[in-house]
Amino acid sequence: MSTPVALDADAVRVLLEDVRDPEIPILTIADLGVLRDVSVDDDGGVTVVITPTYSGCPAMQTIADDIRAVLDRAQCTQVRIVTRLAPAWTTDWLSPAARAKLLEVGIAPPLEPTSDKRVLNGHAQAVACPRCRSHDTEPVSEFGSTACKALYRCRSCLEPFDYFKCL
Amino acid sequence: MSSAHFQYVLRLGDNALVLGQRLSEWCGHSPFLEEDIAMANTALDHIGRARMLLSHAGAIEGRGRDEDALAYLRDEREFGNFLVCELPNGDYAFTLVRQYLLDVYHQLLFEALTASADEELAAIAAKAVKEAAYHARRSGDWVLRFGDGTDESQARAQAALDELWSYTGELCTPDAVDEAMQAAGIAPDLEQLAARWREIVEAHLAAATLSVPPADWQAGGGREGLHTEHMGRLLAEMQFVQRAYPGLNW
Repeated sequence: MSTPVALDADAVRVLLEDVRDPEIPILTIADLGVLRDVSVDDDGGVTVVITPTYSGCPAMQTIADDIRAVLDRAQCTQVRIVTRLAPAWTTDWLSPAARAKLLEVGIAPPLEPTSDKRVLNGHAQAVACPRCRSHDTEPVSEFGSTACKALYRCRSCLEPFDYFKCL
Repeated sequence: MSSAHFQYVLRLGDNALVLGQRLSEWCGHSPFLEEDIAMANTALDHIGRARMLLSHAGAIEGRGRDEDALAYLRDEREFGNFLVCELPNGDYAFTLVRQYLLDVYHQLLFEALTASADEELAAIAAKAVKEAAYHARRSGDWVLRFGDGTDESQARAQAALDELWSYTGELCTPDAVDEAMQAAGIAPDLEQLAARWREIVEAHLAAATLSVPPADWQAGGGREGLHTEHMGRLLAEMQFVQRAYPGLNW
């Protein structure tokens, strides 16, 4: 019989590096900014706070189950998962590593704030093609393969691609 | 007061649930693939919104009813959604003109509710307002495209608007629950919100070369549980599994 192992919050965070977005598995929940807080209570129980990306995001249940499974394997059985709604999730919480990983697999990361004069004058900010980096791109649909992405097309290299929407 | 609070949040949840159920009917039937995906994603956002609101309504009520009990185990007369949400989808113009009218309404409403004295409701609103803004952009685009499109699309969008307009009175007229919630700082001033809604919607419809129908008779009763003949069928489909196999899980 094994006795539960006492973990500290940092050790739990390391374990949670294995929990990924089931729809974009290159991203961990920490990369995504879905993982908001980890704490270990006096009785050894672990509390994990997560914030949903979209109200109807079907991945949240899987993410919660995966958190339990990972911690269970580390013999940490007293787990509380708290869903925190405020402040609401924003793509600003994506880590720089997450943005680089998205580009690597051909998904354009959310646009960042800009001081481009054209944009400040009301022109739409152009999304760069993740393949050839051209800014000559056009939206095809406001929704792509998942709720958090839109579908674009590059007019230079003709590649269709997903764009991770700003929210 | 607490009963009005429950009713208010429950109605918001019912609007999201019933509209989400309607939108999901397009899944696999939309005119082309990108729209099919967009419609299903929009439906999903509404159902997610409904889950949060109904869970919160259940907590306010304090009688142990969770989101599932409220969604699947209430009868028609206990639903407080606006009638416009339950109307059959009609053609694509009807679905998207309705969606536009409601998306703009929800964007304004949730924006105002982020300042609600009910902190949980304010948190749900902060999440929902971002999605509503996004939905309004898409449905607004379609209204422009249909209205300022071909003779056929213009005629269909105008016909949709003519029918839908007589269901918008409910959205804009506060009742006792709205007034009690406004007094408690939980809900915004609905008349003020409605005026802003009309302003935005009428400008956009004009840009889409659609004419706003004259203000005449308005349908009502959804908030009091007096629904159209379509509501029973919608609930029959949505609730069938839980009614036939109570407590079933998968």
